[in-house]
Amino acid sequence: MSAAIELDNVCCDFGSFRAVDHVNVTIKAGEFFSFLGPSGCGKTTILRMISGFTEPSEGVIRIGGKDMKGQRPNQRPTALIFQNLALFPLMPVWENISFGLEVRGVDKATRRAKADELLRLVDLPGAGDKMIAQLSGGQKQRVAIARALAVEPQVMLLDEPLSALDLKLRQHMRAELRAIQKRTGVTFIYITHDQGEALAMSDRVGVMSQGRLQQVADPRDIYNNPVNGFVASFVGENNILTGTVGQRSDGFATFQTKLGTFRARLGEKAGTGAVKLYVRPEHMRLSEAPAAENSVPVTVGDVSFEGNFIAVMTATDDGTQLVAELRNDGAATVPAPGTRLHMSFDAARASILPDETTAEG
Amino acid sequence: MQDLLRRYGTLLTAVFVILTAFWLLALVVLPNFTMLESSFRPYLPVTEIGGPKDVYSFGNYLKFFANSTDTSFLGMTFQMPIHMKIFFLTVWYSAIVTLVTFLITYPLAYYLAKVVNPRTLPSLLLLILIPLWVSEALRAFAWYIILTLNGPLNAVLVGIGILDKPVRWQQGVVTPYDAIMIGLVYTYLFFMLFPIYNAIQSLDTNQIEAAEDLGSPWWRTHLRVILPHAKPGIASGCVMVFMLSAGSLLVPVQLGSPRSLWFTQTIQQWMLEAQDWNTGAAYSLLFLLLCIVFVFAVMRIFKVNLSDIAK
Amino acid sequence: MHKRRDILFHLYMVLFLLYLLLPLVIMGGAAFNDNKLPSVYPWKGWTDRWFIDLWNDERMWIAFRNTILVALAVAALAVPIGTAAAILINSISGKVRASLYGLMVAPILAPGAVIGISTLLFWNKFGKAVGSDFILFNPGLHLSVLGQVSYIAAFVMLLVLARLQSFDEGLEEAALDLGATHAQTMRRILLPHLYPAIFAGAAIAFFQSIENFNVTLFTRGTSDTLTVYVFSKVRSGITPTINALAVILILVTLVGTLTYEIVQRRRRAREAALEKASD
Repeated sequence: MSAAIELDNVCCDFGSFRAVDHVNVTIKAGEFFSFLGPSGCGKTTILRMISGFTEPSEGVIRIGGKDMKGQRPNQRPTALIFQNLALFPLMPVWENISFGLEVRGVDKATRRAKADELLRLVDLPGAGDKMIAQLSGGQKQRVAIARALAVEPQVMLLDEPLSALDLKLRQHMRAELRAIQKRTGVTFIYITHDQGEALAMSDRVGVMSQGRLQQVADPRDIYNNPVNGFVASFVGENNILTGTVGQRSDGFATFQTKLGTFRARLGEKAGTGAVKLYVRPEHMRLSEAPAAENSVPVTVGDVSFEGNFIAVMTATDDGTQLVAELRNDGAATVPAPGTRLHMSFDAARASILPDETTAEG
Repeated sequence: MQDLLRRYGTLLTAVFVILTAFWLLALVVLPNFTMLESSFRPYLPVTEIGGPKDVYSFGNYLKFFANSTDTSFLGMTFQMPIHMKIFFLTVWYSAIVTLVTFLITYPLAYYLAKVVNPRTLPSLLLLILIPLWVSEALRAFAWYIILTLNGPLNAVLVGIGILDKPVRWQQGVVTPYDAIMIGLVYTYLFFMLFPIYNAIQSLDTNQIEAAEDLGSPWWRTHLRVILPHAKPGIASGCVMVFMLSAGSLLVPVQLGSPRSLWFTQTIQQWMLEAQDWNTGAAYSLLFLLLCIVFVFAVMRIFKVNLSDIAK
Repeated sequence: MHKRRDILFHLYMVLFLLYLLLPLVIMGGAAFNDNKLPSVYPWKGWTDRWFIDLWNDERMWIAFRNTILVALAVAALAVPIGTAAAILINSISGKVRASLYGLMVAPILAPGAVIGISTLLFWNKFGKAVGSDFILFNPGLHLSVLGQVSYIAAFVMLLVLARLQSFDEGLEEAALDLGATHAQTMRRILLPHLYPAIFAGAAIAFFQSIENFNVTLFTRGTSDTLTVYVFSKVRSGITPTINALAVILILVTLVGTLTYEIVQRRRRAREAALEKASD
């Protein structure tokens, strides 16, 4: 069982501070949806409103079509996994997992059986009698997931549960979480500030800044077609050029800068306000001869070898820093510092986007 | 010891050891040992001390078992030595005081730790602490004034028609020890409130929310999550309140009547009125034994250790 | 969300505060009532004579002076003893540590009367054994000091021990490695880290000593401290001078805690401002 969640014009104020500002989004049943944003952007507040620990100041939250106003956390079909997991340290693992059943008056034998079944689901068979303190970080993670699943929620809410793990384990748990979500079919709402996590696991991602939802799209679109400068910069790296829009045609426009005139895609939301040109470093090319379009002469500065790619820091004649990331296919030549080269990019790979954040909609 | 020498050198280590030894030997162990030794010696005029009559005996302890009186407890009537009776009544009423303070302070400790707005908390704590800073003697005295026959409590209760005529609170209404218990609860409440408050405060609020999110009603969250976590604090509070209540002398003297003697009062009678220090020592030792038994019982029941209690 | 629950809690809090503070108000009010017995009811008119009586009560002044002297002596003894014991126990482990720790905290849990009586008996017998009539061996406030130190030192020990737990031993080793003597390391590295706990310990020792009644009663001989003075006044014909004393103590407490609170808030505000400025 899984349910869709609608946030309809939801706001949340703490005193004079507006933590969440007119958020509209519909999360489909069975979807893995992530809210991605820097700390303080309001994503945790959204999670607390969905789970029922905080009431919205304005707007409506519907779960499975039902208005959740006035519903206590324990009356909602949601289960929350806390950032610090909030496992009960004084109960053994199996009691933790079956606590939600205990409060519903389920008898002990059934609870124990259910706990063991869930432990197998999260790949921790036989750990039922251990105490929480005896578990490793990844094992605690799994117990927290099992505990939330035990109450058969229609929606799972996860508040950066992987942030305490080391890199290797985090990557492993990403795949694990995704697999559990697919197996159970429960709607997952995932909160994170880690773009890699959000992009790797989610069906769709909502990027947030300053309480506002900036963009909702699938991970590819978020990365390839960001709607504004905030999304572009928060998700991945960019070379940013300032200037003004010139001629527009067919979704493209010319862009005048101190370095010359470039051509790039014109973002949908690039209206009359301030705009900038964004190009990802991996879309930059280096060549000895100038390219036909969007080309600028540069001097190579630092070169850092990162393993799977090579980052080449360059400076234009007026001192603007531009970075190119060359894929390391095993045969890539590394330019020496001080070399004069030309840097260029495809018009289709560059975007003219509104400067930083704008109100959504 | 090796570690100490390496870290602080011979001189400083010697200073630490001497100071600690002075404390533990001259102020703790030897005095208690002396008390034990004295408790077996008879009470004699000064000239006969060290004489042929000055031999060890259980005489002082036997006084505890002398002078049987009729005693009724929970509806049963039986014979019991008077001092033993006072001893058990002291234990019994101290236990009630401990239970009552726990019941009063637990909701409050939870409120202060988890419910109240953190911005008003310092001011609230300030207000709560005022009576604590006012000396114990005066806290009991305040209740003496309130409970006197012509005092404000009787005036109010008669005034609003709950009582027909003023009541002698200090003689007791339900039990002879009513006034003493009222005074003890008020005087030692803080020693229950703060350990429990500290314990609940150290509980991660997410734990409470997680229980709630899993569908737990409030009482079950308390029973399964908050109370187990607060157990060391509760144990500490219970030990402190019980010890202070049973060991109190100020409160029973100020708020009691001749019908409601406290065991410390009998000790005081032997020591300061009869000037029989040896019997006083024997009674003190019995009392100390009670305390040790109580502390161990609490440590057993609550499954905590000494460092949890002494905080 | 928890509205009804919160209202109940707030109500309980208000009732509790009334329960805590009303007795003090009644006790204080009686200090101004022109009635020979300390009571607010019946009200016989406003007076300040109890304060004047208190001022002229020489016994009260002696008791007051004694209380302060005893408290200072207790702090002066309990702080070094407690600190030394904490350092000692912090650097040993195993069974010895557990039993020493038990021995050290036991006096906190022992009844005051027992401590008083055992102290009295020990020094008295000690005096008899060495055949001396030296003042130390007779009942008196000096014995009260020793009795009080026996359990107050344990408070200091616990405070300092807690602070020691956050101390990085590497710092001591670094100082020794740089050529400092043990005494210098102690004075420059360890003690500065312990100062907050030592000061807190001194304050607690001082106030615990002022509060003390049970130990003092059995050891004092014929001298008075304030608590003993109040106690004997209550037993032998009460006059509202006690209430006047209570009013003064309450006011001192209020002024003291309020000043402390204001200083704390100022400091916090200043720290917050500094933090903002450095952002």
